[in-house]
Amino acid sequence: MTIPVSAADWIVINTELILVGTAMIVLLLDAFNRRISDRISPWITLVGVVGGLVSLGFLWGQEYTGFAGMLVIDSFSVLVKMAILFGTGLAVLLSVDYLRREELAQGEYYGLLLLSTVGMLLLTSSANLIMIFLSLEMLSIALYVLTGYARMRPRSQEAGMKYFLLGSFSAAILVYGVALIYGALGTVDLAGVAEALTAPGILSNPVLLAGAGLVLVGLGFKVAAVPFQMWTPDVYEGAPSPVTAFMSVSTKAAAFAALTRVLVFAFSDLSGVWMAVIWAIAALTMIFGNLVAIAQNNIKRMLAYSSIAHAGYILVAVASANQLGIQSIPFYLIAYTFMNIGAWAVVTVITRKGEEGVGLSDYTGLFWRNPLLAVSMGLFMFSLAGIPPTAGFTAKIYLFMAAVNANLIGLLIVAVVTTIISAYFYLRVTVIMFMHRPSEVSAVHVPIAAYVAIIIAVVATLWLFLFPNSTQAFTEAVWRMGL
Amino acid sequence: MIAELVIFIILGIVAVSSAFAVILSKNPVYAVLFLVINFFALAMLYLVLSAQFVAFIQILVYAGAIMVLFLFVVMLLNLTGAIESLQDKLPAQRWLAPALGMVLLVEIAVVFLSGFFAQVPEASELPEGFGTSAPVGMLLFSRYVLPFEVTSAVLLIAMVGSIVLAKRRP
Amino acid sequence: MLVQYLPFLILFIVAVAFSGGAILLSRLLGPKRPNPVKLAPYESGMVPIGGTRRPFHIRYYLVAMLFILFDIEIIFLYPWAVIYLTARAARLFLLLEMIVFLGVLMIGYIYIWRKGALDWE
Repeated sequence: MTIPVSAADWIVINTELILVGTAMIVLLLDAFNRRISDRISPWITLVGVVGGLVSLGFLWGQEYTGFAGMLVIDSFSVLVKMAILFGTGLAVLLSVDYLRREELAQGEYYGLLLLSTVGMLLLTSSANLIMIFLSLEMLSIALYVLTGYARMRPRSQEAGMKYFLLGSFSAAILVYGVALIYGALGTVDLAGVAEALTAPGILSNPVLLAGAGLVLVGLGFKVAAVPFQMWTPDVYEGAPSPVTAFMSVSTKAAAFAALTRVLVFAFSDLSGVWMAVIWAIAALTMIFGNLVAIAQNNIKRMLAYSSIAHAGYILVAVASANQLGIQSIPFYLIAYTFMNIGAWAVVTVITRKGEEGVGLSDYTGLFWRNPLLAVSMGLFMFSLAGIPPTAGFTAKIYLFMAAVNANLIGLLIVAVVTTIISAYFYLRVTVIMFMHRPSEVSAVHVPIAAYVAIIIAVVATLWLFLFPNSTQAFTEAVWRMGL
Repeated sequence: MIAELVIFIILGIVAVSSAFAVILSKNPVYAVLFLVINFFALAMLYLVLSAQFVAFIQILVYAGAIMVLFLFVVMLLNLTGAIESLQDKLPAQRWLAPALGMVLLVEIAVVFLSGFFAQVPEASELPEGFGTSAPVGMLLFSRYVLPFEVTSAVLLIAMVGSIVLAKRRP
Repeated sequence: MLVQYLPFLILFIVAVAFSGGAILLSRLLGPKRPNPVKLAPYESGMVPIGGTRRPFHIRYYLVAMLFILFDIEIIFLYPWAVIYLTARAARLFLLLEMIVFLGVLMIGYIYIWRKGALDWE
């Protein structure tokens, strides 16, 4: 037996190690002294997240494979990991005062949040189907618990239970797919899969096709693509708002990274088959998400359907499977992280104890109650709708260009039309906030940490529009990544 | 070869019929006990496939530990009478689910029968001691060291999670 | 290969035959003279009231859950113990590997302990 760990392996997982270490500290602190842990664990968590971001900075522009090809560090994974860590950091800022308001314990929450983040980071780098399954389970189990974290609130319990049942079912489907792929090709390494697919006659192997299809179902569940989106509105509505903010951006980022790696890099020889499937899923997801979002009067449900719709847009990039498409995925994910967490931050602040006040009517005349909050929310709505001057606009432009380059004109038309439809419900929120002056004006109390989160999100949303080139160097490098 | 086929057919019948018994028995405790039989049949199937380590883990963890938890949960919920009321609420699903399940089954059968077995190469002789704990350990602790360590973190999450959700706060 | 499991099969058959045979024989050969007192659940004492299926306290569930987690931990120790003797050069690595694995679970254990999940009250 040879010793399988080398120096490069430590470099590959250093971000994950920092966050696992932080999670251990938070959990032990919580175990030994609740009082101190309640006060400082969010800040320890933030230090860990910032440390993770710094370590990603050192990894920038480098390429490593670790653990015999199980994990890959390249520009693509570094960028997506940044999106995930931004999501985690902002979610922590939202959680501090939220947990206090809802009278929930602090320590375990951050421990689970960090461990879930580690699962996402691992999923982003995974180049092995077993690692993909394991890291998916890691992030999911922690999220099931976090979804049901407000266990005295029946909606939260129900959401946790639903997410758990459907999530484990989808994980079982995924792992069955992995088994079939292994049966057909004799390997679970993505690089090995790509190599095995070059063998003559293998592409029509029914076991391989069934396996790839099941893996697609498992990952499609995590990104909430139609027809695997059923759980999304209930779970997003029932979960504590900061948890929803976190999982709507970070889980999506990690799952899309895995989906891209599996489809575009491992199964590229099979693209003749999956291209049509992704095309259909993308179109259905965009249409369904945007149309159903129109009918929502509950802001959390509306944002849940909006999140489904955005999964559809990113799937357009996956379907184009060209250089521009792959480059636009990390950009879209980062832009989406800031604008969506920003929107959820405002929702978190507006809701009252026990997740009350989530109707659209609660936003009536927000401008007169707290102008800064209303302007930020308006900006996030513009960005989600893809209206300039916001990051969402730039991200959509990249996507549409990718679709044009890949000659996906039909899909492009669907994307443009649904974007126009989506403007209706995003702008409705803005109109409600600005146009209707309320009869009595009561100020909204906004905790400082939440203000910081909202301001960071606003700045980033504008920054990515004004200086998309600052990330261009990043995205240029993405295409060069190999498996 | 023939002996293995006979064993496989017997075990397959036991596994499938006990699985049916699980979902058809009215009494949840009986359902759980049928599930034990099912787990044992699966363990024997693993043995036939030369996955000896997995077979014993199946008995140790599933038939041993997981079954205990299932029984606890059944007794915790004390579902007497609740099952009939649930059936009344979902009349369509009751017939739709088996029908769709059959469709899936036929689909899988078609996929597998459409020339798959023509592509399966003849099984080669397995190395000595294949599937026992030593070769499994050799792989698990060298090439798959990372999944092994990640498993510990997954177990940690489960521990913290079960405390968070089920422990009464002081 | 499967032949080496033949003793297990024989043991299984003997066990089933022995226990089944004992029940069958006593059924066939034993005298049966029932009367109402003999058939009562308790020959002397209270007549039971209500069903025997009482809901378990949720504590049992927590303990069972934690038991399963540590049970899964244990199964990783079997292959480890088997190869530890033969892997001469990599022994230190194997030891460190297992220390890390158990260390992470130990943090969970400390957490469980300090949170009082092991106390009955």
